[in-house]
Amino acid sequence: MTGAAGQPAFIGGQAGPRTKSEAIIEAVRQARARARLRFRLIFAVTWIIIIGALALAIGQSGKIDPKFLSEWGPYILGGVGTTIFVAVVSIIWAVGFAILGALGRLSTIAPIYAIASLYVSIVRGTPLIIQIIFVYLALPQFGIVLDPLLCGLFALAFNYGAYMTEIFRAGIQALPRGQVEAAQALAMPQGLIMRRVVLPQAIRIVIPAIGNEFIAMIKDSALVSYVTIQEVFYRANTTGTRFFRSFETLLVAALIYWGLTIIFSFFQERLETRLAKSDVRI
Amino acid sequence: MTMSAAAPVTTSDLRDPFAIPGALTPPGATPIVRLLGIEKYFGSNHVLRGCTLEVYPRETICLIGRSGSGKSTLLRCANFLEEPTVGTVEIGGIQIEADPLHSRNRAYKEQIRQIRLQAQMVFQEFNLFPHMRVIDNLIEAPVRVKGVPRDQAIATAEKYLAKVGLSEKRDEYPSRLSGGQKQRVAIARSLTMEPKVLLFDEPTSALDPTLVGEVLHVMSELAHEGSTMIVVTHEMAFAKEAADRVYFIEEGTFVEAGPADQLIENPRDPRTRKFLSRLLLDVI
Repeated sequence: MTGAAGQPAFIGGQAGPRTKSEAIIEAVRQARARARLRFRLIFAVTWIIIIGALALAIGQSGKIDPKFLSEWGPYILGGVGTTIFVAVVSIIWAVGFAILGALGRLSTIAPIYAIASLYVSIVRGTPLIIQIIFVYLALPQFGIVLDPLLCGLFALAFNYGAYMTEIFRAGIQALPRGQVEAAQALAMPQGLIMRRVVLPQAIRIVIPAIGNEFIAMIKDSALVSYVTIQEVFYRANTTGTRFFRSFETLLVAALIYWGLTIIFSFFQERLETRLAKSDVRI
Repeated sequence: MTMSAAAPVTTSDLRDPFAIPGALTPPGATPIVRLLGIEKYFGSNHVLRGCTLEVYPRETICLIGRSGSGKSTLLRCANFLEEPTVGTVEIGGIQIEADPLHSRNRAYKEQIRQIRLQAQMVFQEFNLFPHMRVIDNLIEAPVRVKGVPRDQAIATAEKYLAKVGLSEKRDEYPSRLSGGQKQRVAIARSLTMEPKVLLFDEPTSALDPTLVGEVLHVMSELAHEGSTMIVVTHEMAFAKEAADRVYFIEEGTFVEAGPADQLIENPRDPRTRKFLSRLLLDVI
């Protein structure tokens, strides 16, 4: 190493450090790589130990009845389709509400701004569970009887739409001023500017945030069990109460939700990196 | 020229004392652009103090002045990206008297849109639409605003893309282009609207110095082919080569105007002289 230090670089053509500073840079790089690897290793080991210990303790406790689980586990797991369906449909509707809400909140027309603000205020100021049950149990008193699934989807979407209104508003405001000016200079009317220039870019800006909301939605979709939609939590809860085995059924349900969020978080990260690399850079 | 704001004249009667039909313009021609007595306040800041500029068809006009002098604001008043506080704008026969109090009026908005159809702007920051391919940037407004059939708009777009030398970038997204290429695409986008006048707002100021040349080249070609252009710029070489008249603006008023050679080589007003000598020092 010291012998190479005094020699001019790029002689001999062999790989590896040739000068003192190159050697230092290389050593630092390797040390960092080792530290990163060690960190990840400890992370994984810690998870394995804790989860393993928990699993062992649960197994040893004798509270798990394998026969019961093999009988009813598939039934609970069968709710995954409904859970994902509810989350997907609701998030799509919620994006619609959010776009309308954001346009309202950005409007200079007083009544429109007022209505949008009222929407956000009421929805964010009341519990989601009340909103869901309200649609299901209170509206029928006015003769409005909706299909339970529709109630659940609507209430979830209406609620998330209010939260996402602020996300979309920020996304629209994040656009450089020049984009709207360029569109105005091209004589595009207001509505066309929104539809063709502002919203397509704003949606790209907020896609990562929509991903986060979707993951939260998967968990909140459990609340639609209160309107008798047979998704994961509904099945776990009813089965558990019926056989007095809530520990097993809720554990299974929790694991399912956890697994779903891990899977969708993975896809969301992939989507985010793909957007960052895409040619369409806002 | 420096008319007091209190004088009870309508701005539409004002005339630009520096405007003479250019060498390219037949006698008896009428101006295609008239910015008459334009004043602009930002809050209490009096940015434009009564600017009157008339441009004849086929002329190229350069506006020069230091930053903050109001030259960009004047240009932006021409297509109502900024609404003038006082003044009259007339482009291609459509005349609007500034009326900040009634800007919500639908008919007034429609008139502004008509003006914008006649006067296309090229921005310092290009402002291409990043989510559209180059060709889609070019046909967006012709198809959706002017109602040109799509295949016809594409043909026009391809023609102008070839003119700025970027035919091979037709299907790229703007993020794949250099700054100079982006600005040339932006110029092509303006041309596809087939406007009566082109407004350039410091089109090379955001560019890497090595990329300025390609944009100026396109612009001087346009100027020599007879496009009507108003150019806000710091590029004195371009002004000398391409401009019919140069206006020097300071603190919101025209201090001096004249043929490019005369104004840049032989400025009469000491303020113009000072500005130009500083600019030359900066360049060196």
